[in-house]
Amino acid sequence: MREVDLSIVGAGPAGLAAAIEGAKRGCSTVALDMNPRPGGQLIKQIHKFFGSREHHAGTRGIEIADTLLHEAESAGVEVLIGAEVYAIHDSILEVAQTFGGDSPPPLSGGATTSQSRPLSIEARQIVLATGGAENALNFPGWTLPGVMGAGAAQTMSNVWRVLPGERVLMVGAGNVGLIVSYQLLQAGAEIVAVIEAAPRIGGYGVHAAKIRRAGVPILTSHTVVRASGESRVEQAVIVKVDASWGTVPGSEEELDVDTICIAVGLRPNARLASLAGCKFDYSPSLGGWVPIHNTRMHTTVPGIYLAGDLSGIEEASTALEEGRLAGICAASSLSKGHVGDSEEIEAIEERLLSLRSGPFCQRLQDAKQKLIEIGEAQCPKE
Amino acid sequence: MDDDTIVCRCEEATVGEIKQAIREGAVDVTGVKRRTRAGMGLCQGRTCERIVMRILSQELGKPMSEFEPDTVRTPVQPVTFGLLAEGAHD
Repeated sequence: MREVDLSIVGAGPAGLAAAIEGAKRGCSTVALDMNPRPGGQLIKQIHKFFGSREHHAGTRGIEIADTLLHEAESAGVEVLIGAEVYAIHDSILEVAQTFGGDSPPPLSGGATTSQSRPLSIEARQIVLATGGAENALNFPGWTLPGVMGAGAAQTMSNVWRVLPGERVLMVGAGNVGLIVSYQLLQAGAEIVAVIEAAPRIGGYGVHAAKIRRAGVPILTSHTVVRASGESRVEQAVIVKVDASWGTVPGSEEELDVDTICIAVGLRPNARLASLAGCKFDYSPSLGGWVPIHNTRMHTTVPGIYLAGDLSGIEEASTALEEGRLAGICAASSLSKGHVGDSEEIEAIEERLLSLRSGPFCQRLQDAKQKLIEIGEAQCPKE
Repeated sequence: MDDDTIVCRCEEATVGEIKQAIREGAVDVTGVKRRTRAGMGLCQGRTCERIVMRILSQELGKPMSEFEPDTVRTPVQPVTFGLLAEGAHD
């Protein structure tokens, strides 16, 4: 049994930020990540961030991941990769760690190979930063090879350098759908169309403009009704959607595609939080069922914090700030806080507020506020 | 949605089977799971759980917020018995 002050589950932007703050305050810190490379979604983000300088504007996500990892290592964080947490009870994490060098893990999950070893970690404080999961969409033919989450296509292309297909239909025009479309274009695929069931494009105008300039049609009020093919996707049928979300008869159109990417939203990946006994609230703006937390990122379970997409689907910049907050608060609950932490916390809260400001984020800010109000009443106080 | 469209790809449970389970009295994700095995495969409902919730919401005329995820149990990742046994010696 390993004993540490602080254990972080998930070494994406939220988890790494939490680990850095914890370790800087003298906590013995272990950050666990199931993937062969830490950094979470950042390692797939080959585009430059925008916004303010303190949120890495002008830097590519993949470079932000390298910076964070470097910072974590110099702060003394032990980052364990290939480490899947399969159970949590009291303050103990049960981990299956796979050792496989640089080769990609088996697709069904690393822990099913004989190279996996068990590891138990007892942590005085735990930060869950397990991220989000892609929502599925079912339609006739959706189980054919070639239908996949947009995030899966992005992993294939940007991490493993494998083009998922040559002619792609993207379903969903939120930021994920738009950005992944652009990246697949850059990787050499043809994006036959981006379709969106809503009457408006959900993502930022800049992302939509980039793929439009490349000649990709973005069809709003359209959905996919069918995929067909012999042993993989060969055709997709799309159809117009009316104001009451019904399909318009006679508007069916057949597209020759070999890949259908689904980008219809994310939800918190909350299984471990659920297993730990965290209470949840339902919030459509944050992605569905979200673990309740207070302003200090503390869940309803003593000693368990959370940060990033697990606490409501947002972006890497908010995940970083939430991670910092969780790390500082977890350290301070072990009486390892720094002088000046309360000013630091205030500054982070201000930055979070500014990230969530603007008409685009109003609903998100309101939803987060409501969740935190519930948290203030239900979560343990330090 | 056609009744023979698959919902749970691990256990090959279809839209028709989920609707039938609801007609037979399933009122939540667990009820559907017990009757159809939807969510009992390798991925443990990771893919289909939300689709099952949506069908429940449509068939029973209640909002999505009425339907909670199924109970999560150890192990939350697929692991071998060998690994579990090895862990027990620690």
